[in-house]
Amino acid sequence: MPKLDFDIITLGHGSGGTLTNQLLDSGVFKLLGNELLDKRHDGATFQLNARVAMSTDSFVVSPIFFAGGNIGDLAVNGTVNDLAMCGAIPKYLSLSFILEEGLKMEEFWEVLVAIKTACEYAGVQVITGDTKVVERGKGDKIFINTTGIGEVHPQASIDPLRVITGDKIILSGPPARHGVAIMSLRQGLEFETSITSDTRPLHKIILQLLDTFGAEIHLLRDPTRGGISTVLNEIAKYGPNGIEINEHAIHIEEEVAGACEMLGLDPLYVANEGLFIAVVHANAADAFLQQLQQWQHGAKAAIIGEVVVDHPGQVIMNSNIGGRRVINMLSGEQLPRIC
Amino acid sequence: MKYLSEFRSPEIVHALLGEIKSVAKGEWNIMEVCGGQTHSLVKNGILNMLPATVRMIHGPGCPVCVTPVNLIDKAVHLATEKEVILCSFGDMIRVPGSGMSLLEAKARGADVRILYSPLEAVKIARENPDREVVFFAVGFETTAPANALSVIHAQREGLKNYALLASHVLVPPAIEAVLNDPLSHINGILGAGHVCAIMGMEEYYPLVDQYKVPIVITGFEPVDLLEGILMTVKQLEAGEAKLENQYARIVKTEGNLKAREIISEVFEVADRQWRGIGVIPRSGYSLKEKYALYDVEKKFIINIPTEQENPECIAGEIMKGIKKPVQCQHFGKKCKPSSPLGAPMVSSEGACAAYYHYTSYLEKTVAT
Repeated sequence: MPKLDFDIITLGHGSGGTLTNQLLDSGVFKLLGNELLDKRHDGATFQLNARVAMSTDSFVVSPIFFAGGNIGDLAVNGTVNDLAMCGAIPKYLSLSFILEEGLKMEEFWEVLVAIKTACEYAGVQVITGDTKVVERGKGDKIFINTTGIGEVHPQASIDPLRVITGDKIILSGPPARHGVAIMSLRQGLEFETSITSDTRPLHKIILQLLDTFGAEIHLLRDPTRGGISTVLNEIAKYGPNGIEINEHAIHIEEEVAGACEMLGLDPLYVANEGLFIAVVHANAADAFLQQLQQWQHGAKAAIIGEVVVDHPGQVIMNSNIGGRRVINMLSGEQLPRIC
Repeated sequence: MKYLSEFRSPEIVHALLGEIKSVAKGEWNIMEVCGGQTHSLVKNGILNMLPATVRMIHGPGCPVCVTPVNLIDKAVHLATEKEVILCSFGDMIRVPGSGMSLLEAKARGADVRILYSPLEAVKIARENPDREVVFFAVGFETTAPANALSVIHAQREGLKNYALLASHVLVPPAIEAVLNDPLSHINGILGAGHVCAIMGMEEYYPLVDQYKVPIVITGFEPVDLLEGILMTVKQLEAGEAKLENQYARIVKTEGNLKAREIISEVFEVADRQWRGIGVIPRSGYSLKEKYALYDVEKKFIINIPTEQENPECIAGEIMKGIKKPVQCQHFGKKCKPSSPLGAPMVSSEGACAAYYHYTSYLEKTVAT
């Protein structure tokens, strides 16, 4: 961290004047600088040579630091992944901060470093941005918005309307890590765990899969808030089909299962930040799974279900013991229970 | 997961189901007392796996569901008008009061905090000496020891800004109220395993003797529930009415003596109002006089009108097992988790919530 005249963020850092410039010079530009950002213009102009995908997301996670990451890499990976789910190669990001007066400069710096590392790892550039400061109590340390632009893979044809009966539902790994890592730090719930967030960019594996399977991939979704259940419900509601999944096919890590059991949470509703669900044509599903399992985070990937004609709009799960139940969308927040 | 996966084994489940099918000759209505059991039955799809002649009736064992509307109004009043830090278990905060739920109060600026343990509320009281901190102590006998312990801790630390809004209810009087209802047709009962882990088995012998109904204290996993059902059916077929313990790995005859000691140090048995059921004599806990300093009812003057429960909600009939959630005309229509008419739709142990979340596609078969 550079030596600065200030150790906390004050309202002046969002004034647009000298302090704002000091802050940007000391940190943001030095860390994230590139040809487009360095122009320090109101916006950036650039050329793209393909179909374009665009996505935006705001990040308000609390606490801002957690096992496996912080709000900075989350903000980069989140938007990178949303672009990847469109079958796009992420290129550029905008980055907007809403900082709360009193935020420690060292915390801000740590977030910035995480953003830099995540951008380098994902191969994206921040090309425009904004910094505002709100009075103490009007924010929660730091909120980040990122908007991303990417070039759509030439073979990609991701569209909810392409989901057809018989398609296989493939889950890329074990669920619920991010949500449990965050929950374990919340007031009143503090418990010791080695579970880390799964925040990571997904576009590289997605692009490799698109290289091989192209239009056989009908839909991609990352199950963040609301977890797997919510995304499956959204997929079921797109078209005239239902979805059937098998509980035994969903690998839930033992420690995650234990934490969920203790906290009264259903892992199928807990947030993920490095997981995706692919809906793939039945003919390509086995080969798709094989390739996905070669990925460093894909060992536990599995075909968890399929698109069916029955019960349109609904997701039904075959339970481990042979029963059947509906998987509904999460209504409200998952709340800890009494007993 | 060790100690859990064994009780979710498909092989054992199928063996037990086969045995239930071969043993059950008559038609039997079995009530599972605890809402946790209801959820496990529905979530695992067990209701549809049982023979049609063995019908599960969902009991009153959801503490959130039976908390009267007036107590929720009191909690909301404390949080909004008295500016206390109102701490609660998560289940409670979506339950509608006559005006609003605690969740709505929170959205309007009240300091409502969701906790896992009442001891956390004591910590909040310690850290905020200039604020009053109230813990909304809801629950059956299971949560009573921890809530009582929080009072003991607060007293030991000399904290004067901590109090309980106690709404503790007891299982045996609730079973009695259900069995006494002329509309209920219950042949056997699965006792609430975790309640008995605290209280032991003694208080269930008089019920078995008086009502001639078998009671099998039962756990919560699929294997537990099916074994409990099998034990009950065997008794019914043999014309017996005994108290048995399926959940012996957790439930001891005498219960948890230390926990019972803590309960009786702080609480005494008192009459309680049950939402949808009415006043049941000697069916709950109130704080003893010597802990009056920690009793919200004595510490604060709360002048709010006693509101009636929403007449459209049939929670009383649901909790006495007279009706199934899907037999309510408002189920899934006017009444949903996002806009509940009553508590059973929003409590994690509520029968309506279980049906809403897990059975909409299967509701026709479950309803029979």
